[in-house]
Amino acid sequence: MNDYARLLAADARQRLESRLAEREGATGVQMVIAVFPSLEGESLEDVGIRVAERWRVGDPRLDNGVILLVFVQERRVRMEVGYGLEPVLPDAVAARIIREVIGPPFREERYAAGLEAAVDAVFARIETGGEPAEPAPGARVSPWTLGLLAVFGVLVLVLTRQALSRDRRARRRAYTAGGHHGWSSPTVIVPPMWGGLGGGRRGGGGFRGGGFRTGGGSFGGGGASGSW
Amino acid sequence: MKGLVVALLVIGVLVVAIGGWAVGIYNGLIGLEQDVNEKWAQVQNVYQRRADLVPNLVETVKGFAAQERSVLTEVTEARARASGVQLTPEALNDPNAMERFQAAQGQLSGALSRLLVTVERYPELRSNENFLTLQSQLEGTENRIAVERRRFNESVRDYNTRVARFPAAVVARLAGFTPKAFFEATPDAATPPKVKF
Repeated sequence: MNDYARLLAADARQRLESRLAEREGATGVQMVIAVFPSLEGESLEDVGIRVAERWRVGDPRLDNGVILLVFVQERRVRMEVGYGLEPVLPDAVAARIIREVIGPPFREERYAAGLEAAVDAVFARIETGGEPAEPAPGARVSPWTLGLLAVFGVLVLVLTRQALSRDRRARRRAYTAGGHHGWSSPTVIVPPMWGGLGGGRRGGGGFRGGGFRTGGGSFGGGGASGSW
Repeated sequence: MKGLVVALLVIGVLVVAIGGWAVGIYNGLIGLEQDVNEKWAQVQNVYQRRADLVPNLVETVKGFAAQERSVLTEVTEARARASGVQLTPEALNDPNAMERFQAAQGQLSGALSRLLVTVERYPELRSNENFLTLQSQLEGTENRIAVERRRFNESVRDYNTRVARFPAAVVARLAGFTPKAFFEATPDAATPPKVKF
């Protein structure tokens, strides 16, 4: 819960945060609410997906994050739903929650009540709406690990070859050379490590907002927008 | 004699070195190309999702505004045409194929816009629960399309940069990697069909 526009009183904010944390503990789904003073000329959906990609709410294997953004000046709301929650919280439901659960209280300036009702509605839907997506099979091995293993493997090979060699000079070189001079093979193997990086790259790191742990979940642009 | 052996060894090491480097570049390009193909599959996925919404949308509108026949047939025909233009991963290197694909989808976007504008004149239809559901699904899908297109363009940019940069370009040329086409932003496709009441 990040209230950059100071829309809520401190105790209301506390209540929301504890409610969100408790719901996350109970269901595993991470929901984050952020209130901004203004869109500052940006498109609502653009900001929504950028925030989603930066904060990466939700578990990376389940992609079960929900982000609720409020822009006070423009009176607009956007809910971003993670990939994994899309079957449970489809666009139409998100739109309905915004229209029916958030809209009326917000129009009466009862913001805390509206947000609390929204949290309840979202989690009610999650708990009754069916199974979230299956976690991705297998662990993801980072290309860095593979590259380092390759370098290590080659180094071992080269070292054993030189150690076994009858040439005394070569053997001594193997034991004493700790740096770059002595052999050229390792520098050859390094490029594959760089080359293999392309596929595994993801968006930027975690933005440390107020009180939530960035999980690593990804978003596809699903969700809904609305206004009050 | 020893000098010759040393020379041969050095040449051998050089050959292995260059070979290893080239293999690394090649594998990197393969990886990036796979990423592009994967992102493209996502793009086609979300466009298909939009196409799937159309029949339901047309039926709902017909229930309230059957007389708007021209707009309804326009949407149905545009959808049929758009579904007919699929792009295989091999065709991603061809800018003309990409343009055709975009044009077909752009026509569907335009037809949908016009349909939504027409709907504005029917207050019963606008407040119909079914229509509201479809409308939010359509908006969500348009947003997804925008997101997946952007991610596709990013992966194409990474791939194209790798293919063009020297000295990787030498390997790329030999192995047959060519630059891929981007999704261009067309003026009418920039804003998804959206109606504010």
